[in-house]
Amino acid sequence: MSFWLPLLVLATSLVAALFIFTLPEERHALRGSFNLLAALVKIALVGWMIIAVANQQTFETRFTLIGDIDFVLRADALSLLFAGLSSLLWLFTTIYAMGYLEGTPQRSRFFGFFSLCVASTMGVSMAGNLFTFLIFFEMLTLSTYPLVVHKGTAEALRAGRTYLFYTIGGGVALLVGIASLHALVGHTEFIETGVLRDVSPDLYPALTAIFILLIAGLGVKAAIVPLHGWLPAAMVAPAPVSALLHAVAVVKAGAFGVVRVIYNVFGVEFSYQLGVLVPLAAVASFTIIWGSIQALRQSDIKKRLAFSTVSQVSYIILGLSLFGPIGTMGGLVHLLHQGIMKVTLFFCAGIFAETLGITRIRDLNGVGKRMPLTSAAFTIGAFGMIGIPPVAGFISKWYLGWGAMEAGLHWVLGVLLVSSLLNAAYFLPVIYRLWFARPAPEWPDEQIPAGRFETNPWLLIPTVITAAFSLGAGVFAAAAWSPLSWAELIAVREYLS
Amino acid sequence: MNLIPLLLVIPLAWALLSLLLPRLPLGLLALAGIVLQLGTAAMLWNDVQIHGASRYAIGDWVAPLGITLVADGLTVTLLAMTALIAVVCAFYAIFYLRAYEKERRYFWPLFWFLLAALNGIWLAGDLFNLYVGLELVTLAAVGMVTLSGERHALAAGLRYLYAALLGSLAYLLGVALLYGAYGTLDLGQLSSLLEANLITQLALALMTFGLLMKTAVFPLHSWLPPAHGGALAPVSAILSALVVKSSFYILARIWMDAGNALMPVSAAQLLGALGALAIIWGGWQAFRQSEIKMLVAYSTVAQLGYLMLLFPLAIGQSQQSAILAWQGTMLHLLSHGFAKAAMFLAVGTLVLAVGKKRVVDMAGISAKMPLALFAFGLASVSLMGLPPSGGFNAKWLLMQSAIQSGQWHWVAVLLAGSLITASYVFRVFSVSFQKDADPQIRPTHPALDLSALLLAAIAIALGFGAAIPVELLTLPEEML
Repeated sequence: MSFWLPLLVLATSLVAALFIFTLPEERHALRGSFNLLAALVKIALVGWMIIAVANQQTFETRFTLIGDIDFVLRADALSLLFAGLSSLLWLFTTIYAMGYLEGTPQRSRFFGFFSLCVASTMGVSMAGNLFTFLIFFEMLTLSTYPLVVHKGTAEALRAGRTYLFYTIGGGVALLVGIASLHALVGHTEFIETGVLRDVSPDLYPALTAIFILLIAGLGVKAAIVPLHGWLPAAMVAPAPVSALLHAVAVVKAGAFGVVRVIYNVFGVEFSYQLGVLVPLAAVASFTIIWGSIQALRQSDIKKRLAFSTVSQVSYIILGLSLFGPIGTMGGLVHLLHQGIMKVTLFFCAGIFAETLGITRIRDLNGVGKRMPLTSAAFTIGAFGMIGIPPVAGFISKWYLGWGAMEAGLHWVLGVLLVSSLLNAAYFLPVIYRLWFARPAPEWPDEQIPAGRFETNPWLLIPTVITAAFSLGAGVFAAAAWSPLSWAELIAVREYLS
Repeated sequence: MNLIPLLLVIPLAWALLSLLLPRLPLGLLALAGIVLQLGTAAMLWNDVQIHGASRYAIGDWVAPLGITLVADGLTVTLLAMTALIAVVCAFYAIFYLRAYEKERRYFWPLFWFLLAALNGIWLAGDLFNLYVGLELVTLAAVGMVTLSGERHALAAGLRYLYAALLGSLAYLLGVALLYGAYGTLDLGQLSSLLEANLITQLALALMTFGLLMKTAVFPLHSWLPPAHGGALAPVSAILSALVVKSSFYILARIWMDAGNALMPVSAAQLLGALGALAIIWGGWQAFRQSEIKMLVAYSTVAQLGYLMLLFPLAIGQSQQSAILAWQGTMLHLLSHGFAKAAMFLAVGTLVLAVGKKRVVDMAGISAKMPLALFAFGLASVSLMGLPPSGGFNAKWLLMQSAIQSGQWHWVAVLLAGSLITASYVFRVFSVSFQKDADPQIRPTHPALDLSALLLAAIAIALGFGAAIPVELLTLPEEML
């Protein structure tokens, strides 16, 4: 079973994708049920693996691809962190998307690629060496392109071109990095504490260059400035796609790749020795501040959220580049926290647009009375992004700050402080408008009238649940199965083995 | 019983049958024959995998007097690829040719002659038989290009014929010179005899020129796009997937089997440079084409360029680098064969359904023909060299070879090739996703989509199962 389980987890969404592609467009009920069933099965399988891995078990699928290269899927603590997040959010995003796309054409294509995208994400999370990682990382690029251009408008097609330009370019950098590393070391296996500790110092310059190539390739997806240009452009995609790109799949795959490179290929101690971590922290800090400033300048809700993502994902990178277990925990836990909080915010943005036709911040005046649940969810997400306790984002920032102190990088505290102030500056006015401003006499384009629910329940229910998760992850951070405890487990295994 | 002669007997028998008895249901008959051939190829593959390479002397006359057929790892792999692509193309053709009543009459006999000639080339152990195979391939292929009898097809066919005959002539001249100097044409014997003198160099240069012409290597490629882009879809698929590979195969055999020590490093680098130019020029031309089939045809010009990288990566470099280059090139040959055949079949279906040929006519097609487009997409993944696909694994091997031999310029060429390929295939996707367009399509038989999908799936599957053919493709003994 330990050989087949990773493959099975991958297969649940792959089979769903193939099944959906072959279904006729009008079989909506069958498609929806199958999709939800697959998502539930996946959550159950991932849950099974999480419990087993906590008890020191590992799952591995391995066979030879060509020559000395293996295809490896492995479920360790780190991969399950990401796999758990994606499988959980796949379920909620699917429910949301079913509501969101009701009555629109091309749903077979949409949900097929949606499932394919999740399959790639699962592959990224469970890849056991860089080669396997690359396979799924590129698959992710290809399966998200049809989602980005889903609307088929000139603007969407243009955004799709930008997206490809960046991601394929990033893929090339990553490929060169991996191929060079393979030629140098002979394998690219992910191993706790890394594989490069014993290489000769003559190779250090080459390894530094490879590190830069790898991080640049991954940094495109993780939207590290200046490689982030595709992300705001991709905002033309439908809301569930934005949620998927920002919270679950694409940016997270990039950030997760950075985790793998630093911890399981180079090893955190060796990276520190090589002197690449502090520059990375500087780049991440710059991205954090720059993204926040850009967010402040946007008047469109989704655009503001997009730049907020640019900023928030670099918190993860920042945490990883702080040498020490506390910073690691901060970075890893933010991978989860940012996911659930950002997905909530994008769900809300989609609801505002679908229900009342609101896409601009200035039209949000007084929405709180008309849509209290959605507005409350948005508020929780925004508080989390600012780092107000007890929402999950507070825990992330607390550990990042603590980690910076431990690592002796005091200037990082300043970055965190400035960025929190900026976060507050671009989120608090929105929250003020929602709850306290006087509403305009008429909504821009009211689509769904207020009935028993304030909007379509398919949209509302997943939003409320993810908002509750964002709150719960903060309040119960000390509990046994919280994201924080899992991040601690990983940090302990990385530093103490 | 020896299986080798069967691989020539079956296609020749079926060719005669189709020519003499046109009233039979030729499509179904062909399907039966090709399945038989596929089974034989599979058995031979299995045989070689277990027992190693085997030889078969026709009429028990051994070289230099008789004809010897050789089946080694590379040969059986190519035989299997040929049979596999041919079986899918035949299946496709049965349904596709319903719209082409007139062309059907001669399609099947030519199809079988072509297969016989291709199998002859893969199996041939000496230079003269290779020549005979080359000529037969050319004649059958030109016949297939001109099937429709339309003006542009005849013009393309004639141009193809001239180019191919010029190539054959140069090759034959080289063969004659070698025979005069050494008195044998058996590749195995020549490998121990060849000396670095003027006659030998001249002969090899002539043969190389001829084969480059037939392989449509830049700048000798201009005959290829009109011939491949103008033919019927299943013909284009076979031409791009198999026919141009046959002359490259001879080129690789001559240099790697026999003349390995004779090629100067500068010449090897020059061949690689031609390949690099082909990749860039072919890709750029593909990007510029307004007709979708011409786009795919120029893509073939570009992809053939990768094959030329074998020479700079293998000649004058370390043995490890040479092995990687050999495996990478041959894997590329396989993956490109499957992917390009799939792409031509998919595009053929699209053109058949829309009734127009230009890329812009495919606007909004993803809503109407998702499966054909999906097959096009899977084939594109392999052509771009993105994982998981055979094309990616091939590129990885070539890249490892280039890095290990310190030739970073070829790494840059490989990467540039991927980017250019991405730019022209995504041009098609971008158009196909357009929203406002509502193309009117004629319904097509689902078997057409299925064939293209099957071939594309094989190209992708080579991303996971490449170890099996790659192990068989070990270098010729001389280099080990």
